[in-house]
Amino acid sequence: MQITITVNGEPRTAEAEPRTLLVHFLRDNLGMKGTHWGCDTSNCGACVVLVDGEPVKSCTMLAAMAEGHEVRTVEGLERDGHLDPVQQGFMEEHGLQCGFCTPGMMLTARALLDSNPNPTDDEIRVAISGQICRCTGYKNIIKSVRWAAEHGEEVTA
Amino acid sequence: MQVPAPFDYARASSVDEAIALLERLGPEARLVAGGHSLLPMMKLRLATPEHLIDINPLESELNYIREEGGLVRIGALTRHRDVLASEVLARHYPIVREAEELIADPPVRNRGTVGGALCQADPSEDLSAVFAALGAVTVIRGSGGERVVTMEDFHEGPYETAVGDAEMLVEVRVPIREHGGSAYEKVKRRTGDWATAASGVALWLDGANVGAAGIALSAVNPTGIRSTRAEQALIGRPPSEEAFAEAAALAAEDCNPATDQRGPADYKRHLAQELTHRALRRAAERALAS
Ligand SMILES: Cc1cc2nc3c(=O)[nH]c(=O)nc-3n(C[C@H](O)[C@H](O)[C@H](O)COP(=O)(O)OP(=O)(O)OC[C@H]3O[C@@H](n4cnc5c(N)ncnc54)[C@H](O)[C@@H]3O)c2cc1C
Ligand code: FES
Ligand code: FES
Repeated sequence: MQITITVNGEPRTAEAEPRTLLVHFLRDNLGMKGTHWGCDTSNCGACVVLVDGEPVKSCTMLAAMAEGHEVRTVEGLERDGHLDPVQQGFMEEHGLQCGFCTPGMMLTARALLDSNPNPTDDEIRVAISGQICRCTGYKNIIKSVRWAAEHGEEVTA
Repeated sequence: MQVPAPFDYARASSVDEAIALLERLGPEARLVAGGHSLLPMMKLRLATPEHLIDINPLESELNYIREEGGLVRIGALTRHRDVLASEVLARHYPIVREAEELIADPPVRNRGTVGGALCQADPSEDLSAVFAALGAVTVIRGSGGERVVTMEDFHEGPYETAVGDAEMLVEVRVPIREHGGSAYEKVKRRTGDWATAASGVALWLDGANVGAAGIALSAVNPTGIRSTRAEQALIGRPPSEEAFAEAAALAAEDCNPATDQRGPADYKRHLAQELTHRALRRAAERALAS
């Protein structure tokens, strides 16, 4: 079937089987490898993308189910050559080592800050609680999100 | 790479159309809501439907939480995140938010629906225990109209419900009753995990005594989640530690847990008792304060 999804603001169309999962549609049909893919069982959160602004595990959603919706991936965080404050925060606070969990973590952080610009550490913990980091550890990730909350305006300006 | 076996995909644009499609396509057709139970089962070939009918386009028809006529009505496509956020549900039934905070994780809650949770009828599912404790009923629709089924009759067995092949669950109705309190207690191995054991409790006072009670356990029974003997042990007595201990012991006695990777059966039975006791204490405090 032909599937059209708005990805990072642009309608993208590709031919795919109905059983194609959103994560594979993004990676294989559209060639956007920024979205990672780990456990395949909706547990690790490496595949998190935003669907209509909400974090979703894209290994457990059919691409066909995303038709007509807005998907945002890590490739869509940078705007006009400027890194998103969340990306800056992960750099400043060493929020990543191998980077495997990072796209999903950053998108969840973006969604959190969009609805709650000044979250507490506990709110950040809850927000990322469906995602696993196996190397950096969560402390620096929380610090990175804090950094983005505190510096968001200067960076976007 | 785990991918479902091939199937045909159709989107429903109304409840009536979804039911008509189920009727036309027959028993090899399945509805998909959040997909967070069905798609993992399809990846593992535990489910191999030939046709998937996507009901996500029915958000405007089936995603709602409405208080009216002494009831709170919850549409089948209401997502876990909406249930968690609902002030109406939190005000009338604190058990709902307590349970939702412990269901899966935020991205899963953004997709998973009330209808999918109930229709999956996983013995470790949490909302079935919540709604059973609250005395809720389900509304099932087919081409011949709607029928109302209690939570007890809804659950026919593990992964089996009263919903027929060409029917769908459209709504859950929770009665609003005065002088009530409710609470949920769950033990799980880590954030995002299913329950090792859980207990949902609701109490309604009639003067100084317990007038009605709902106790429903999760993850410790293959089927049949209400603890009727435990409920009966509370009725007509003042809410007291002694009564709670007796009811909790009956709930544990009547449950039937299985030993698995989440723990041995006797540990789960112990949890059933302790969690029921704690939930009763908190529900009673809330009922007395109401
Ligand atoms: C990692 C993970 C952790 C989880 N942890 C928990 C937990 O701790 N506690 C818990 O309770 N749940 C848990 N869940 C389950 C999850 O929260 C959802 O409740 C579950 O996925 C079912 O909802 P769904 O909308 O995704 O259903 P789907 O997967 O879309 O459907 C499930 C079944 O219900 C049928 N169905 C769906 N809607 C209807 C309807 N309206 N009428 C008739 N049939 C229908 C489908 O045909 C299918 O057979 C977890 C899930 C995941 C992936
Ligand atoms: S790959 Fe999707 S949650 Fe792990
Ligand atoms: S940075 Fe390696 S898993 Fe998180």
